[in-house]
Amino acid sequence: MITIQNIHKSYNMGTNSLHVLKGIDLEIEKGELVSIMGSSGSGKSTLLNILGILDNYDKGEYRLDGKLIAGLSETKAALMRNEYIGFVFQSFNLISFKNALENVALPLYYKNISRKKRNKIAMEYLDKVGLLDWAEHMPNELSGGQKQRVAIARSLIANPKVILADEPTGALDTATSYEVMDILKTINHEGITVIIVTHETDISRMTRRVIKLKDGAIEADYIPETIRDYAKVV
Amino acid sequence: MFDLDKWQEILTTIKKNKLRTILTGFSVAWGIFMLIILLGSGKGLENGFENQFRGAAKNSLWIWTGRTSIAHNGMNPGRSVRFTNDDYSNLKNNIDRREFISGRFNIFWGNQVTYNNEIHSFGIRNVHPEYEFIEALTITEGRYINQLDIKDKRKVTVISTEVRDVLFKDEASDALGKYILVNGIPFKVVGFFEDESNNSNNMRLIYVPISTAQMVFSGGNRLHEISMTIEANTIEEAQSVEQDIRNRLAAVHNFDAEDRRALGTWNSFENYMQMQSIFKGIRLFVWIIGIGTIVAGIVGVSNIMIIVVKERTREIGIRKALGATPFSVISLVLFESVLITTFAGYIGLVLGVGLLELLSGISTDFFADPSADFGIAISATVLLIFAGALAGFVPAQRAARIKPIEALRDE
Repeated sequence: MITIQNIHKSYNMGTNSLHVLKGIDLEIEKGELVSIMGSSGSGKSTLLNILGILDNYDKGEYRLDGKLIAGLSETKAALMRNEYIGFVFQSFNLISFKNALENVALPLYYKNISRKKRNKIAMEYLDKVGLLDWAEHMPNELSGGQKQRVAIARSLIANPKVILADEPTGALDTATSYEVMDILKTINHEGITVIIVTHETDISRMTRRVIKLKDGAIEADYIPETIRDYAKVV
Repeated sequence: MFDLDKWQEILTTIKKNKLRTILTGFSVAWGIFMLIILLGSGKGLENGFENQFRGAAKNSLWIWTGRTSIAHNGMNPGRSVRFTNDDYSNLKNNIDRREFISGRFNIFWGNQVTYNNEIHSFGIRNVHPEYEFIEALTITEGRYINQLDIKDKRKVTVISTEVRDVLFKDEASDALGKYILVNGIPFKVVGFFEDESNNSNNMRLIYVPISTAQMVFSGGNRLHEISMTIEANTIEEAQSVEQDIRNRLAAVHNFDAEDRRALGTWNSFENYMQMQSIFKGIRLFVWIIGIGTIVAGIVGVSNIMIIVVKERTREIGIRKALGATPFSVISLVLFESVLITTFAGYIGLVLGVGLLELLSGISTDFFADPSADFGIAISATVLLIFAGALAGFVPAQRAARIKPIEALRDE
């Protein structure tokens, strides 16, 4: 699904440039549940941005579902994001003046699907994350966990191949975090590739593969032993 | 292509920010309102001046005599110059651009007009038939003076409808063909006229054939004034006709052609053209001021839209991450701007036109019937949509350049 070969990325900070990614090679198969870990400054957010076609890279090659992602126009990149990728953010990033249903339906608006049809589909996805009764509520009337579930429903609605979650549990308490992780795992079971960026070890343990970044390079790539540990915690 | 969803998106944003939208819209509405009022007032001023010229042809030339003020050919200043019928024939036959021409003989005594027991004093104008067109008279019934009247020196008169009503009272409806006494001499009423000129004295008049008047009021071949209309397209042409006339009459009457006391002239065409160019200037001035006001409005909208884009950076970032293309982001901002300007501008337009409509009854000497015509409304509307697009353009581009990563970065 995702093939990355020798990716380099630097940011220009005035006169000196900051080399953030220093040659990353990575292969993620369809249907994997992967967590990317690393301390701040390790380059995990940059990697996520490149994977999400939000940022370009300087050197190397990135293939998504076999397609080379390089030198895309903004319009092309937007269409690719809409088609392949669903985003889940730490701070949810719901649009505050739209209710839960409208937020979920938004990606379909950019797919030119009629209002009636997309609201119907959005209802199905809200049902899936257990928020059918909250469809008409505005984001500020929802709890953190509910907001993240709305965001997950939104990331799923356009039928993406990959879900990219940037610290999805960062703003949630432990119990809610585990609920959100449960939903992500369910999605993964349905065959969607899920990539989670996190710095919490217990979250990474719930995934089936952990990639540790340090100083812009992969330090470790392993399968966590305690894959079902969280069950005991709950 | 009407995208209902896009408009719903835009309307939602506008509804969320009512005060901001109202303030922005106000500046645009005010701009258009001012433009319409200015244009309408300009038009009113123009109509007012146009009225001053009504009641006389716009290309008329009036000539009268006086005393010489410049020594000429060895003769002292102070000689009287007098027109005769020969001067009338001279100008009639020799001036190239002449259209209509008439002499005028004035009576300086009496002016008594009588019908039965009604005795009144009205002006008596003794003229040639073509005077009708020079003074731009309207004949409401009967006829004006004609060539036969002149030739046969008939005792006929054409009176104004006002004079008719005063003299004939109840008999006004069948006054045509009746005889009235003019300074004691019976004249047959052959027609009624109306003069639209602002000068009410022009309706307190009766017209008599000039040849008849010279005979019965012992005028000989004396004329006091000659008036004519000329075919001229420019001030220069009108002035050259005037100069031609001066030269001819100066040669006949032996005075200096530049002596303006010996021969007075008033050229309405020259005045009219000058007035026209003044109004051209006023119109240009009004548009410049009006457009300036609108530009201020546009800058206001643009400013607000930049703030809007800044406020919505995160939202736009989210939209882009979810698959919004740069075009859809641009149109979101651009359409909002066009919507605000067009709607607010339309309100200004309606208010402005409404106010002008209220004032449309007004009519004074120099201001009458202010109005903004359909063409102005159309150009203002086009201007508005264009202005809205212009105001939204820079902010929209800014919005399109927002990078999702930066917009979504958690502070």
